[in-house]
Amino acid sequence: MAPIAAPDQINPGIEDVVADSERRHHGNDPVSDQTMVINMGPQHPSTHGVLRLVLEIDGETVVSLAPDIGYLHTGIEKTCEAKFYQQVVPLTDRIDYLAPMINNTAYALAVEKLLGLEIPPKAQWLRVLFNELMRINSHLVWLGTHAMDIGALTVFLYCFREREQLLRIFEAVSGQRMMTSYIRIGGVSLEPPIGLFDDIRAFLADFPSKIDQYEGMLQNNPIWIQRLKGVGYISPEDAIALGVTGPPLRAAGIDFDVRRDMPYSSYEKFQFNVPVSTDSDVWARYILRMQEMRESIKICLQALDGMPEGRIVADSPKVILPDREQMKTQMESLIHHFKIVTEGFAVPAGEATSSVEAGHGMMNYYVVSDGTAKPYRVHMRNADFANLQALETMCKGRLLADVVAVIGSIDIVLGAIDR
Amino acid sequence: MAEAIFGAEAIFGTAAVFEKFPDEPAVKALASLATDAKYDRDELTLTVARESVVAACQALREAGYIFFEDVTAVDWYPSEPRFQLSYSLLSFKLKRRVRLVVRLAGDDASIDSITPIWPAANFYEREVFDLFGIHFGGHPNLRRIMMPEDWEGHPLRKDYPVEGYR
Repeated sequence: MAPIAAPDQINPGIEDVVADSERRHHGNDPVSDQTMVINMGPQHPSTHGVLRLVLEIDGETVVSLAPDIGYLHTGIEKTCEAKFYQQVVPLTDRIDYLAPMINNTAYALAVEKLLGLEIPPKAQWLRVLFNELMRINSHLVWLGTHAMDIGALTVFLYCFREREQLLRIFEAVSGQRMMTSYIRIGGVSLEPPIGLFDDIRAFLADFPSKIDQYEGMLQNNPIWIQRLKGVGYISPEDAIALGVTGPPLRAAGIDFDVRRDMPYSSYEKFQFNVPVSTDSDVWARYILRMQEMRESIKICLQALDGMPEGRIVADSPKVILPDREQMKTQMESLIHHFKIVTEGFAVPAGEATSSVEAGHGMMNYYVVSDGTAKPYRVHMRNADFANLQALETMCKGRLLADVVAVIGSIDIVLGAIDR
Repeated sequence: MAEAIFGAEAIFGTAAVFEKFPDEPAVKALASLATDAKYDRDELTLTVARESVVAACQALREAGYIFFEDVTAVDWYPSEPRFQLSYSLLSFKLKRRVRLVVRLAGDDASIDSITPIWPAANFYEREVFDLFGIHFGGHPNLRRIMMPEDWEGHPLRKDYPVEGYR
């Protein structure tokens, strides 16, 4: 791999953007010879939440740009330190709220690494199944909002029609549409209800034709093509230097997917392709995500076909809540239940990092334990946070309207950035 | 592959880790810089002194760990050295990550920025500065990132109450 050439300049801060604009008086704009500083967000509909951008523009061209984040900062990492390990799971849902089960998986993997728990195959297969359904869910919201930002309003309604089916599946399995907390330390929380797999199969059988529908609406649309092709280029060297992961990294030609290259939760037993492109523009990222949805369908079907029998949680009575039946008939189980609920469970001291491929890119959880029942430190590395740093490189010298297309193409969720 | 080189049992200390993984590029790169090493739960952790963090990152990048994932801190208050900085680096080729640890004293929590090596460290170092109050020398834009500019205190420090000061 080629050595990294660091981008000439590190992303400026807001004050730098303003200060630079005051220094510059050589604009190309025929009307004015000065650049202008404008504010975009945090209530702007195309910033996907509460992202604020400060842009310096010369006519319609972006000269420099600085993201201002933190409007959604809720101190989740601090809150985690005051909760028992199991109580952290619902907090992780709220980080990347479009794919809560992927967050749950990442957190559970880190704690299981500290505990040394062995996860039964059925739980691993269920994790894979719901991780992939969550990826489709996340990509559907991306596609709908991305198309809406660019002006194709209809696609949004179609995407949310399919997303509704997915949310019903999540509700059936966990009791919650969005904040599912389904994947727990040691396995998953509930046995899937009878008939759920048939519903998922029906959805998966139908979904490829739905993807064709979206593509039918967008792929040959001249406006869509012109707004996407060649926009938001980033070189592979810059992408690595700026910490970009996920579809934007693969669109830049770096063939890396955590699911395939550093498999977790039995992903090594599934066959799927990792789409890669070298164009590295908004169009390439769009094509890649559409292909990823099709690959996810393949993985889901493999998970359903090969779903093993057996337990859905690890066999570790001191960590896993006992079966209700056992709890009411066996003294030991009742004691364990009481202990886990009131005191939590102690986790051996140490530190562990888990890494998963979320819809937006690589998601790492770093959990430090001091041997007590509460995590000493939980840190989340979300792809969104790092990918946002690449926004300036992708937008510089392009038109102001392209900024909206590029934000859509890096697919950010502000919950995951601000935490 | 990773399994071939790394075993399951935990090993502590530079001598033991270096002896166990003589071919690991990260170990070779930091042979002279590492002050402590740990191999635990299939994760390699190398500790370096505060002064050599930039040299260590440069050496690791040349050894193949070209991708900077993140940097975060752990506050071990009230024990000293108070802060532990954990840098996470990834190699696409080796499909493996290494954790670089630096320990900082509570009364002198400052370190050189690694943004000249990885611009990606920009936001992460700002986050650590904001939430832990650790100063990164040479950072181009060391301002608060999560909390408001006029916020007092550093929320992720252990002596900062969960409910805040109010």
